[in-house]
Amino acid sequence: MSDRLTVVGRSVQRSDGVGHVTGRTRFAADHTFPGMLHLKMVRSPVHHALIRGVDLSEAEHVPGFVRALTWRDVPHNVYTILGLIGVEPEEEFVLAQDRVRYRGEPIVAILAETEAAALEAVSKVRLDLEELPAVFDVEEALAPGAPIVTHWGSNAFMFEGHPFRRVRFGDVEAGFAQADEIVEAVYNSSPIEQAPMEPTGCIAVPEAGGRFTVYTNTQALYFSLDNTAIILQVPGKRLHFVGGTVGGGFGGKVDVIVEPIATLAAMKTDRPVRYVFSRSEEMQVSSTRSAWRIRIRDGVMRDGRIVARKVTSYADSGAYSRQTPYALTKHAANAAGPYAIPNVWIDAYCVFTNRTPSSAMRGFGVTMASFALEVQMDRIAERVGLDPWTVRFVNAYRNGDVKPHRKVVEDATLIETMQAAADLVGHELTDEQRAMTSAPRDGGAGGGGGTAGREVAGGRGGAAGREGAVGSGSVGTAEGGR
Amino acid sequence: MASVVVSFELNGRPAEVLARPMTTLQSVLRNQLGFTATKEGCRQGGCGSCTVLVDGEPMPSCLLPIEDVAGRRVTTLEGITPIDGLSPVQQAFLDGNGFQCGYCTPGMEMLATALLERNPSPGRDEIVEALGGNICRCTGYQPIVDAIEAAAGAASTGER
Amino acid sequence: MAKLRGTGISAVNYPTGMNLGGDPSQALIHATTSGSFVVSLSSADLGQGLRTVVGQIAAEVLGVAADEIVVDMADTDTGPHCMGTFASRATHRVGNAVRIAALEARDALMDVAAIELDAPVDRLVTDGQGNVLVASDPGRCMRVAEVAANAQFTYGRTISGRGSYMKPKSPVDPETGAMDPDSTEAHACTVAEVEVDTETGQVRVLSIRSAYEVGRQVNPALVRGQIVGGAFMGMSHALYETTEPYYPNDDHKPKDFSEYLMPGPAELPEIDCVVLEEPSSNGPFGVKGVGEMTANAPIPAIVNAIYHACGVHIDDLPVTPEKILRGLEARAAAE
Repeated sequence: MSDRLTVVGRSVQRSDGVGHVTGRTRFAADHTFPGMLHLKMVRSPVHHALIRGVDLSEAEHVPGFVRALTWRDVPHNVYTILGLIGVEPEEEFVLAQDRVRYRGEPIVAILAETEAAALEAVSKVRLDLEELPAVFDVEEALAPGAPIVTHWGSNAFMFEGHPFRRVRFGDVEAGFAQADEIVEAVYNSSPIEQAPMEPTGCIAVPEAGGRFTVYTNTQALYFSLDNTAIILQVPGKRLHFVGGTVGGGFGGKVDVIVEPIATLAAMKTDRPVRYVFSRSEEMQVSSTRSAWRIRIRDGVMRDGRIVARKVTSYADSGAYSRQTPYALTKHAANAAGPYAIPNVWIDAYCVFTNRTPSSAMRGFGVTMASFALEVQMDRIAERVGLDPWTVRFVNAYRNGDVKPHRKVVEDATLIETMQAAADLVGHELTDEQRAMTSAPRDGGAGGGGGTAGREVAGGRGGAAGREGAVGSGSVGTAEGGR
Repeated sequence: MASVVVSFELNGRPAEVLARPMTTLQSVLRNQLGFTATKEGCRQGGCGSCTVLVDGEPMPSCLLPIEDVAGRRVTTLEGITPIDGLSPVQQAFLDGNGFQCGYCTPGMEMLATALLERNPSPGRDEIVEALGGNICRCTGYQPIVDAIEAAAGAASTGER
Repeated sequence: MAKLRGTGISAVNYPTGMNLGGDPSQALIHATTSGSFVVSLSSADLGQGLRTVVGQIAAEVLGVAADEIVVDMADTDTGPHCMGTFASRATHRVGNAVRIAALEARDALMDVAAIELDAPVDRLVTDGQGNVLVASDPGRCMRVAEVAANAQFTYGRTISGRGSYMKPKSPVDPETGAMDPDSTEAHACTVAEVEVDTETGQVRVLSIRSAYEVGRQVNPALVRGQIVGGAFMGMSHALYETTEPYYPNDDHKPKDFSEYLMPGPAELPEIDCVVLEEPSSNGPFGVKGVGEMTANAPIPAIVNAIYHACGVHIDDLPVTPEKILRGLEARAAAE
């Protein structure tokens, strides 16, 4: 490699751009196959109920009806997406068995020659349901006597023995005792839909030799393939997933929600099967960004320093866990914000309620933490009579600081970023703020280099140090933009 | 309902399809004829990803029964793409990254094409108004508005 | 009744990647007979431009133009494992895997070039224009494409490479929360300016101006695309979006885009940004990541701006006109 970068750092034209502007790019649902069947789902009309019976007799007489799939057809009907990385227990039903836990939960998959026939047959399936009390508020769900959503008897996900992901750093009560002011607030958000323009979907196609090709818009091809193999109890070698061109994801296509049942349908019928969400399903049934409730209690000194922060967070996971337990762990690592706070206490609950499951969305576990923390910073500023910039400069973390989850800060540029933003908008900084840097407080050499040794690079060319000319550099402005 | 034969002009060539009444133009284009540049974002008339031109006017093809286009002139994105390159609108979207995932792009480009046909040098407000019914979740619209402005500018100075 | 203006700020960090159960991605690369290269992955481009940026990374390592690289994004029969595109991990993880694979292919290429140019491998360089040359004697020079072709047809060698990059699993200490969940941190500071109509409760965002520090930018235009698109999404989250307008009551769930509120191009504020680069120690060429974080900082900046405009604290998203009016009413009653 030459010393100067020649391609990296350049705004080269997108290699898929011509395909996108001519409409030649093929998205998953742009594939069609002869004899393709359409899959539509019978869904729970209520929030919480026992299933006493499912009557398919009328649906089966709809012209074009091919067959129905129920939980009895699914080889491994109870799964959890993150089971692949050891998250337990298995808890979500591919097709509901004896109970539905949220409105829209899939119960019966209908296969028909046309989409219209599938929809008509869906409308003719009779469900005999016995409604159960439901719970919707995260704190009500944790209160004694609340209706229990899960099949194992607790509305809180258990994190290695605790009903929350916890962080304990310093002595938060001592911090509060020392503080000049206590600033408290509760922040809330409601569920948000990822709303990619391309609906979630796939087409599963039987191939020679007992294999199945699945054209999918998943954000994670192997996550989908491996979960499908588990649910269908087939070796992964029988599955061939093709995708990679996704019409917007934003986290909404990390769930494995269409491929297993479409592939099962293709196996049972030996025909290509298309299962693509309608926009209504996308809005009402596909998982959302979690709703959050975040309680923050801060102990603050008159000069603006935060000396203690206690955060109690509740993410509404809905009826199943999907990716949300992981969001709480990520949340816990970021719930103190980009600030150096000596005493921190975090309890982050993943709570089950009778609503559409939430899962991943852009900013997973952090977006609403940033909302709560940054509105809280302005509350603190007002309480101690500082301007919003100053309270952030006073508390900004530096390289070498230790975060509450014990990770040493290595790549801090909060201060430099705030300085650049002040310049951009013409905000006057004090000389002191202007002179600050993210360099370590003890005057050491700065961050960087630490993490590299802990990550694993494989392959002959993977030895550390091969980056040559492009190691660390100083902060510089690149291609601003107006 | 019995199927009917519907004849219309598609991208300058005659087309004839057999379809049940109330089948949407979108469905005919994608599923019968294989013109998949026309996307399916909602099939509720709410997102504009399926926008095509009918007699030069942008319309959501997901709401248009096939029998309503009988004898009319339908243009899809395939129909405005030159054999040897890109239309000025497509070139401007490409140059200005007026897309990210590309799913709303065909609909946006059809709207832009119709707008510039009607008004070769629209103001920014007119562009924004013309885009009103089409949704993009990725770009924040700014690069799309910029691209259409650039396409108009390129056309007025005679550039490609 | 008045239209009141206010400015709000926020400052955020955002982590790259997750540890999951170990967070790996892999890449394969090989030269074709004509000397271009194919990168095989099982990764997904969500529209952010991953296909393009990993192609740039391969091109940089191999010393060729970006359009000499074909990226086969996602096919589990041909592409090796990738955890997926999420957690702002793809450019970092997949980019690293591609960089490492390209380095291995580069070594194979240079071994052949050393024979052809009759010079030791350690004296060979590439010029970024598709040539291999002897550093001290640039006149001795060959096209990469020619080396690749000769490798295959004269020496029977493969010009190929394997790359893997993994963030190992870091178990969380359940008592203290001690963990190593990410690879690096990007940062942003956003300044938002709003106008609140105290008669209607309507908020108009006038501008969202931000500074970002995202490590090395592989493709600055695409970084800017994330920042602009994310700012708009953040504004949408702050003021409009919810699937449950009366959460935790879940009546009135939307069925379509007319019921699920999002701003359109008419609500587009001035969006501006400046981007700093502090290369990370572990990303390819110092990449950090910018995919998710761009929707985050605008939300509190807008909420803070609303407070500074009209004195109403709204701690409950989205900030609807109803909440503003109720807040103004409560404030008036308290005074």
